[in-house]
Amino acid sequence: MTTAHPKRRLFLAAAAATALTAVLAGCSGGGAKNGNAVQITNVSYDPTRELYQAINPAFAAAWKAKTGQDVAFRMSHGGSGKQSRAIIDGLDADVATLALAYDIDAIASKGHLLGADWQKALPDNSAPYTSTIVFLVRKGNPKGIHDWGDLVKPGVQVITPNPKTSGGARWNFLAAWAYGRKAGGSDAAAEAYVRRLFAQVPVLDSGARGSTTTFVERGIGDVLLAWENEALLSQKKLGAGQFEIVNPSLSILAEPPVAVIAENAKKHGTEAVAKAYLEYLYTPEAQVAIARNFYRPRDPQVAAQFKDQFPAIQFVTIDKDFGGWGAAQKTFFDDGGVFDRITTAK
Amino acid sequence: MSRQHSTSEGRAARLGLIALALLFLGFFLVLPLLAVFSEALKQGLGAFIDAVKNPDALAAIRLTLLIAAISVPLNMVFGVAASWAITKFRFPGRNLLVTLIDLPFSVSPVVSGLIFVLLFGANGYLGPWLAAHGVKIIFAVPGIVLATVFITFPFVARELIPLMMEQGKDDEEAAISLGANGWQTFWHVTLPNIRWGLLYGVLLCNARAMGEFGAVSVVSGHIRGETNTMPLHVEILYNEYDFVGAFAVASLLAALALVTLVVKSLLEWRFDLHSGAKH
Amino acid sequence: MPTTTFRRPDWRAPSVLPGFGLTFGFTLAWLTLIVLIPLATIFLRSAGMGWHEFVAVGFSHRALAAYRLSFGTAAAAGLVNALFGLLVAWVLVRYSFPGKRVVSALVDLPFALPTAVAGIALTAIYAPTGWIGQYLEPLGIKVAFTPIGITIALVFIGLPFVVRSVEPVLADLGHDVEEAAATLGANRVQTFSQVIFPAIAPALVTGFALAFARGVGEYGSVIFISGNMPGKTEIAPLLIVTQLEQYAYAGATAIATVMMLVSFVILFGLNTWQAVRRRRLGA
Repeated sequence: MTTAHPKRRLFLAAAAATALTAVLAGCSGGGAKNGNAVQITNVSYDPTRELYQAINPAFAAAWKAKTGQDVAFRMSHGGSGKQSRAIIDGLDADVATLALAYDIDAIASKGHLLGADWQKALPDNSAPYTSTIVFLVRKGNPKGIHDWGDLVKPGVQVITPNPKTSGGARWNFLAAWAYGRKAGGSDAAAEAYVRRLFAQVPVLDSGARGSTTTFVERGIGDVLLAWENEALLSQKKLGAGQFEIVNPSLSILAEPPVAVIAENAKKHGTEAVAKAYLEYLYTPEAQVAIARNFYRPRDPQVAAQFKDQFPAIQFVTIDKDFGGWGAAQKTFFDDGGVFDRITTAK
Repeated sequence: MSRQHSTSEGRAARLGLIALALLFLGFFLVLPLLAVFSEALKQGLGAFIDAVKNPDALAAIRLTLLIAAISVPLNMVFGVAASWAITKFRFPGRNLLVTLIDLPFSVSPVVSGLIFVLLFGANGYLGPWLAAHGVKIIFAVPGIVLATVFITFPFVARELIPLMMEQGKDDEEAAISLGANGWQTFWHVTLPNIRWGLLYGVLLCNARAMGEFGAVSVVSGHIRGETNTMPLHVEILYNEYDFVGAFAVASLLAALALVTLVVKSLLEWRFDLHSGAKH
Repeated sequence: MPTTTFRRPDWRAPSVLPGFGLTFGFTLAWLTLIVLIPLATIFLRSAGMGWHEFVAVGFSHRALAAYRLSFGTAAAAGLVNALFGLLVAWVLVRYSFPGKRVVSALVDLPFALPTAVAGIALTAIYAPTGWIGQYLEPLGIKVAFTPIGITIALVFIGLPFVVRSVEPVLADLGHDVEEAAATLGANRVQTFSQVIFPAIAPALVTGFALAFARGVGEYGSVIFISGNMPGKTEIAPLLIVTQLEQYAYAGATAIATVMMLVSFVILFGLNTWQAVRRRRLGA
């Protein structure tokens, strides 16, 4: 051993290190189809776990009855933007079920994994359910918060996540903007309103769940701007009766979209089942599961059945009032946009 | 530990220092740990056990142990080799080499994951080639191992280098001049000298390998039961309002790292017996 | 005697010890594969964006504020850790007291606890309604959502680095030098400052440097307690995440490049200082 030439030693060591790396890089199966069984990977955002836990077995049964084929699911949950980047960077998603159309647009424009017109593939902008932004306040509503105007009253602390890092927070911001524009009649008035609003925010958590924790567990703030489904869920899970939901006079219609990631599905041979899976979300059974998980169903009959849970609110929409996500992202949230302007300037 | 009073502090000073150290650790370590356990046990032991017995949690535990079992030995071998080269020889660029070994510590975990995406991702430098050959690295186990090896890269080396510097190379030179070959010198002279440092290094490396979140989160893909490690599972549970579950898995992770303490204590006890017999 | 020692590469100082080729080659190859090549992608990506844009993102007003915060709090936490880490290591090595083994094991805890859990736990303690925060609030001391909170999180994250760097060296330090010093009439303080401290100083500096470097990049535990207000409590790694959210990989790598270069210079400076010092002491 000790008589080997040092140069050869050097090479040997380098070769050993390279071999180790090669072993690390061993293959791992991503195969999707196997005889009479098929597997689909659903890459989704954070709060949908219980929803898909309810829907997946029901769809599997329906698909088995129709085709005789077994379906298995691989579920991935995470922040919507992060999940979108993972798909662009190679995560094998057959379907993406995310929080914002902007994130699926990015998969189309930067990853070229599906057509730019993906939103037309399914009914209702490819969003099988909707939600909106509401206020969660403490029991008895001690600060008397009833609408957006009350949020900028002196002494009211507002909790919302950071729109730069959280998709949910972007909905909050745009809803507030819409109110400011309607109340003041101009974009300048809207900017003045959101500037005052964000001056009342003591903490900008990086994600929606962080904000909920800050508000619920830490007891910080008087009002939490939250997705309606999150507000209903946290009321149920984190202590009924401790909090109240306040529906503002105006809010934004959030449409979390779904799409088949066409290139991946083609590669895996899962196009048919992936398409059927997403179409299944629009069936009355799935719509009931959706409503039970606190999302607003699209199906009018199911909506009527759950109308007590989802009071009517006047909505603005991203497409009509903000020119779509691409424009909104650029104007408000990209570097140098409105959000940077109102939070950095004094 | 015996000590002569000529080289020791007075009793009052000793107690004062111990109290101060414990107070500091109490505030900075024990209190956060208590917070974790109190959250985990908020709804009683039953909820805690249910959370840990969940199949997804079990899959996460298995994956975490697997990742640690692969990456820790790799870094141990590297650490020993690197500190031998650095401390037993003098060559130009030695400080540069040490600093390069430190580099992974100073890279934000967010970036540590990102670099592997930039390298192996579908739009990365090697991504298209890998995809064409059916090799999956990121969003699969190899990617998680790579990120973990990167994050824990310096631990063993960093532990050994100051220690071996301090010890110098006289012992080894004596062994060589008495006719021992390189391996014999290493096994019988160097290894016994550095065993505590090596053990600490490995324990730290292991703890960090199991607890790493940021970098792994970027390369894992978060597929339930498949590529979710324990820290990722904690985050997911937390994001699902399952606070008890999240903190239960987190406290299990802390406990798992403390298991290494038992191993360490056992080893210490054994070695103490040995060295006691020798002296 | 092995023949290797006579065919050494001529750029290194002579040594009778074998194994340089093997260990040096392996070190360099593994370092290149695991660290250098992956990190090179950061430079490649940020180089692709052009100098002007690089400066616009990497040195924006907001980025500079974030660097100041990240490097400042990491340095503060590193100093706290150097002081108390030395104390803890000293107590663990030199004294015996009930429960020492448990205390020793606890020191590793910050590595094992996922950083996000640590962040949530620390916020639970130091938030205005938290276990300790509620007593600090009336005194006008705000910890959570201020730089102090960030420093506390970084102290937590960095403590094991200092303790575990100093501990083995301290344990290895024989009693004979201290006995000699005592025999020569040195009192305890003199023995410590003139005999013990110089011996453990390199390890202490290493510990500080590692805790500092780790603190600069820390994300998971800090975002919960920092408050993330732009320009005030916004840490540099958060800016990287912000860039990624805009799918601006190049922007993210620009900030990462700046942070990495600064950390590298600081670490390299400390390592060189140590080596120079060691040579002067003739070790």
